[in-house]
Amino acid sequence: MSPDLAVAIVVAIVGVSTPILLAALGELVVEKAGVLNLGVEGMMLMGAVIGFAMAASTGNPWLGVLAAAVAAALGALIFGFLTLSLSANQVATGLALTIFGTGFSALAGKAFLGKTIPVFGAVFPPELAQHPFGRVFFGYSPIVYFSLFMVVAVWWFLTRTRAGLILRAVGENDASAHSIGYSVVGVRYGAVAFGGAMAGVAGAYFSMVGTPMWAENLTAGRGWIALALVVFAAWRPYRLLAGAYLFGAVMTLELHAKAAGGWFSVVPPEAWAALPYLATIFVLVAISMRRSGSTSAPACLGKPFLPTA
Amino acid sequence: MTMLPRRTILKGGIALAAMPALSGIALGQEKLKVGFAYLAVPGDYGWTYAHDQGANDLIKALGDKIEVTKVENVGESGPNVERVLRELAQQGNKLIFATTFGHMEAAVKVSAEFPDVIFEHCTGFKTAPNLGTYNARFYEGRAVIGTIAGHMSKAGVGGYLASFPIPEVVMGIDAFCLAARKVNPNFTLKVIWLNTWFDPAKEADAARALLDQGVDVITQHTDSPAPVQVCEERGAICFGQASDMASFGPNACLTSIVDNWGPHYIRATQAVLDGTWVSAQPWEGLKEGVVLVTPYNAKVPAEVAAAADAVKQGQIDGSLHIFTGPIKDKDGNEMVAAGQTPDDGFLLGLQTYVEGVQA
Repeated sequence: MSPDLAVAIVVAIVGVSTPILLAALGELVVEKAGVLNLGVEGMMLMGAVIGFAMAASTGNPWLGVLAAAVAAALGALIFGFLTLSLSANQVATGLALTIFGTGFSALAGKAFLGKTIPVFGAVFPPELAQHPFGRVFFGYSPIVYFSLFMVVAVWWFLTRTRAGLILRAVGENDASAHSIGYSVVGVRYGAVAFGGAMAGVAGAYFSMVGTPMWAENLTAGRGWIALALVVFAAWRPYRLLAGAYLFGAVMTLELHAKAAGGWFSVVPPEAWAALPYLATIFVLVAISMRRSGSTSAPACLGKPFLPTA
Repeated sequence: MTMLPRRTILKGGIALAAMPALSGIALGQEKLKVGFAYLAVPGDYGWTYAHDQGANDLIKALGDKIEVTKVENVGESGPNVERVLRELAQQGNKLIFATTFGHMEAAVKVSAEFPDVIFEHCTGFKTAPNLGTYNARFYEGRAVIGTIAGHMSKAGVGGYLASFPIPEVVMGIDAFCLAARKVNPNFTLKVIWLNTWFDPAKEADAARALLDQGVDVITQHTDSPAPVQVCEERGAICFGQASDMASFGPNACLTSIVDNWGPHYIRATQAVLDGTWVSAQPWEGLKEGVVLVTPYNAKVPAEVAAAADAVKQGQIDGSLHIFTGPIKDKDGNEMVAAGQTPDDGFLLGLQTYVEGVQA
């Protein structure tokens, strides 16, 4: 394999992994707070369409990403209001949010069908990315660096800050957190909005970087992969990073194996395609076989909180 | 995965019905209800977009006599297809178009339950007295773009983004490769099967993978314009699918094959209105204008354009059939003997790749 091809493959893997990583990272924080939001796909689509619309109208991609985050966070807050303030079922409401986001994005995107915008591409000067190995580090959209920064930021927040500790307490034992005076619903609102914003940026990655256009159902189910990834990562940011890149690598190598033919195609493409799912099952089995018997899922995940006092 | 259908119920006649004085005929006469079951959404800019354009042409032409219902996101297969077709029939639609290959079994089943409803199924091969099919000879368009690819590929290696391994798609791959090899006998074609009709990110990633592997011309039998965009970015050349995709790649997109379903929808609906509809299996192409090739990009040199036009014209007047032998399969065995032209049955069951295809 030539170095150029190897570099191209690495760059492609980063491109595939970034949006999944962003959306999963947001969902990880939401679930750590004890809320299960299955509306990731819908929020990604909302972010994708609003990000594209803003970038196409203003010509400013940064504003596009910001608008995507805000729009998807607002969508998430609808979910928050229904599940946190009205204690609606989280699974049903999350699915409804996906359906709503799909429909909303189709409607909002009507005027933008068939339009294109410049790729929200490399942030570093092109001289740095000229050498193939320079390209591996300096050839990406700002959103890629943002996603990596957020892995560290989320890890630091959850494990090294007081606010993170409170968020985890709310997710592990909502009644205790409530009894010592923390606002369970307030913390969860914050987490849900953060999860929405991250899903929105992930959606914007599709409509502004990966395929700079708007088409209905642009994200084509990536939100569900992000949801699976959170479980795969056992709710840990660094494992999430590894998982997202593993999924991305498998999805990319599958395409390259098919394109290359020859010795590359000794592994049947179907085996590549099945690999991420086999890995998820393997991890789930490994987790449930541990002595402690804990699944490492937040204890209050998916349970509505009704303050009694 | 979000397969719950969103309904777009479009009352095509509303505007005209509001002006009965102008339309005249509609007064006191019940309108024919026509239903469409769409694979995806019109916003895909590909397959469903083309069907929706056809449905809109139908509304434009016969809107004062018909009422159109469109159901989006029916999917390629699964229990949803049958349910949507049955509901359309129960809602009083007397003519129902099922617009993708995977709707075939459901159309067969539901048409048997509603003998007074007429069904038309796109690209299938099963019929009944009240179930007809309609199809387009897309491979004729593929032969035209294959000719251009053969001339313009410097590497002599093309890439083909394929959806599902059904005869329809294999036929397109073979026609493209045959046409390109008539120009450049060493031309080879790398095929990537994506197992989806529409997934912009995956289509774009597959196009990038092909370009990274040394391909310099890309053709797609998937529906999103994402690959065209990738080719524009990378300076490669490509061809649009199902609708004119030139706006996504002003430099890259050399031409598009456009599905033009309008004339068929108008003809079939008119036949139902007149009471002359019979179950048939029209399979039309460039000659009838069901398959169109958009004007070539200015980048296409005059002699290449002339060669492509000759292939187009030959298929229109019947002097050229791209599957006329001798044709060898990809392992070198004889597929079609010299001088012979296979019948339509051979094409509709095609499962083998011609020489030069790497899949």
